[in-house]
Amino acid sequence: MNSDFVVLTMAAAQLLLAFAMAFAFCRLLRGPHAHDRVLALDTLYVNAMLLILSFGIVWGSRDFFEVALVIGALGFVSTGAAAKFLLRGEVIE
Amino acid sequence: MTTVAAVLVLAGALLAFVGSLGLLRMKTFFERVHPPTMGTTLGTAFVLAGSMLYFTALESRLVLHEILIGVFMMLSTPVTYVLLGRAALRRERKAPDA
Repeated sequence: MNSDFVVLTMAAAQLLLAFAMAFAFCRLLRGPHAHDRVLALDTLYVNAMLLILSFGIVWGSRDFFEVALVIGALGFVSTGAAAKFLLRGEVIE
Repeated sequence: MTTVAAVLVLAGALLAFVGSLGLLRMKTFFERVHPPTMGTTLGTAFVLAGSMLYFTALESRLVLHEILIGVFMMLSTPVTYVLLGRAALRRERKAPDA
């Protein structure tokens, strides 16, 4: 089913996404302000979600879709909570 | 069909890569907010389109449930970025170099 071109292209895409995650993690460690770190966390989980979707394509399994959906939902909640904390000093008022 | 899906995924991964590179390279926070949105909007859309196309070809029926992630990202990303931008404005006004 999978030709060489598809395998190579998917491998290149996964390498790019892994580098994207590494860059976001670098900014997470370096970021001078706290809001830089929250932004890097947001980028990191989006890239992780895309990487897991591409793993689902490579392994031909649809179970990875649910993993990506859960990562998206929990990532939004965590980033939103962190941004709300930076804005007000507490999450739930 | 799978070739087109693989090319779409590669395009999305490239957008996410460039966005993360911009996040690492830009100088100030308000410049750094912009690049990652490439990956969260068009990058996610391309990868989801590739995934839909691939599983539609693999199972020879219409598979569209990746739209769920797309709708969710479309709703959640602006909320996060508005909260983050307001937090950054407030914090930089209070302590410009902290």
